[in-house]
Amino acid sequence: MSLVRVDHVSFGYTANRRILDDVSLDIAQGDTIGLVGESGSGKTTLLRLLLGLARPDSGTITFDGKPLEPGNGAFMREFRRQAQVVFQDPYSSLDPRQTIQSIIAEPLRSLKIAGDHAKMVGNALDAVGLDRDVGTRFPHQFSGGQRQRIAIARAIVPGPRLLLADEAVSALDLTTRIRIVDLLAGLSKTMSLLFVSHDIGVVAALCRRIVILEKGRIVEAGDTAAVLANPQHPYTQRLLASVPRLNLNEVSS
Amino acid sequence: MTALLSLENLSVHAGSKPLVSNLSFSLNRGERLGLIGESGSGKSLTSLAATGLLPAGLSASGSAILAGKQVIGAPDRELNQLRGTAVAIIFQEPLTALDPLMRVGKQVAEPLARRAQRDGTPFSGTALDQAVLALLDEVALPDPQRIAKSYPHELSGGQRQRIAIAMALACKPDLLIADEPTTALDVTTQAEILSLLDRLVRTRNMALLFISHDLPVVANTVESVVVLRQGETVETGNVADVFGNPRHDYTKSLLAAARRLDDAMEGRA
Repeated sequence: MSLVRVDHVSFGYTANRRILDDVSLDIAQGDTIGLVGESGSGKTTLLRLLLGLARPDSGTITFDGKPLEPGNGAFMREFRRQAQVVFQDPYSSLDPRQTIQSIIAEPLRSLKIAGDHAKMVGNALDAVGLDRDVGTRFPHQFSGGQRQRIAIARAIVPGPRLLLADEAVSALDLTTRIRIVDLLAGLSKTMSLLFVSHDIGVVAALCRRIVILEKGRIVEAGDTAAVLANPQHPYTQRLLASVPRLNLNEVSS
Repeated sequence: MTALLSLENLSVHAGSKPLVSNLSFSLNRGERLGLIGESGSGKSLTSLAATGLLPAGLSASGSAILAGKQVIGAPDRELNQLRGTAVAIIFQEPLTALDPLMRVGKQVAEPLARRAQRDGTPFSGTALDQAVLALLDEVALPDPQRIAKSYPHELSGGQRQRIAIAMALACKPDLLIADEPTTALDVTTQAEILSLLDRLVRTRNMALLFISHDLPVVANTVESVVVLRQGETVETGNVADVFGNPRHDYTKSLLAAARRLDDAMEGRA
């Protein structure tokens, strides 16, 4: 069954300009979906709606069968526990004055989750491949890739069923990017993943399904391999044709 | 023929810490060279050292000969003669490279007028306006009249980068340095800007020093590459040879990562 259902959602920050136009999207339990689009396509806005940070002008978003109610505190607390997010910039998304232990435990505190926080943080550090003894250190002591692991640990510590990632590997070097993709691929075995990105290569490596967004409309969606092998919409075709390839045969000829 | 740019054992230090170590390469008219590496590899510092633009606190040693003049240790007064004439740079982020309070036509006019004056054929008024519009047309901006009157914030990222390229071209440089010129752009815009750069470098017979971390972009843009890691040169050569048959482990790991995304897109993963 679908964990998240976006049903004919439209949205604009101002009355005369629509950012999202009649968007429908299902995220099934355990699914990995890549949401691809260029700047201004509405990717991040859709993510904001999914997080309950903005309300659709029309249409509905349901989580686990229940409509998102940004005004309902009790509902949102439970929702936040189940849906967590990782942002693009690992340098601005971690509080420089908190220790890693404190940063990762933050959702446990703010969502008032009971239990042994130290142990839960330790488990999260294990899951993202960091040593448990990093807890006493501060963000500036880590590289970009390590910081993104910390941000992912913070997202998974409350045990979410849905992980939303907004360009979560775009700011990283190529080799680091691949390692974080591998980490997310491993985590996606135990939770649903919506991966927002402009990088089709990364989406191809990580996501079973792909959704192509252009100017606030979904122009194409489906099985990633099928869409990439045989894009139907002219925009998808243009997008794929624009991605530079290594294609060494052409270069050496 | 002497090289336009020739680096020999160029090093950049911050205090005693080496940031770029003993880098050597040379670039002739019409040649296109890629500098590749991940963050902290010294790619951008190399271009800044070669043009005498290193920030205070960093020091360069070795030799960097640009259009026959030694850059290392030269005073700004001398280097200003080279900047714009011998070399122009396009940076990654067109929004910060442009003055937000000046119409872009005027920003392009500035280097145009300066270069014309230097050549001994100063022009102004209508002639200058015409030259600006011709240049905007050359970088394939639609409706140059309207664009010239716009401010940077009124243009898209791709249009801004075309303005930055127009400003660089206004100098009629022999060497164009492009430092991650498409990294901040959407992929369809990137494809347009890359083909624009390719066309301009060919028709004007410039040398191109192309700095990027993106291997597929580099593979499609330059003829030869220098692979940097933490300021050390790990491998140099023809781009097809280096990418087709990398010898150094670091180059291999970069290519393996790039190829994995390529393969995933082709459905081979």
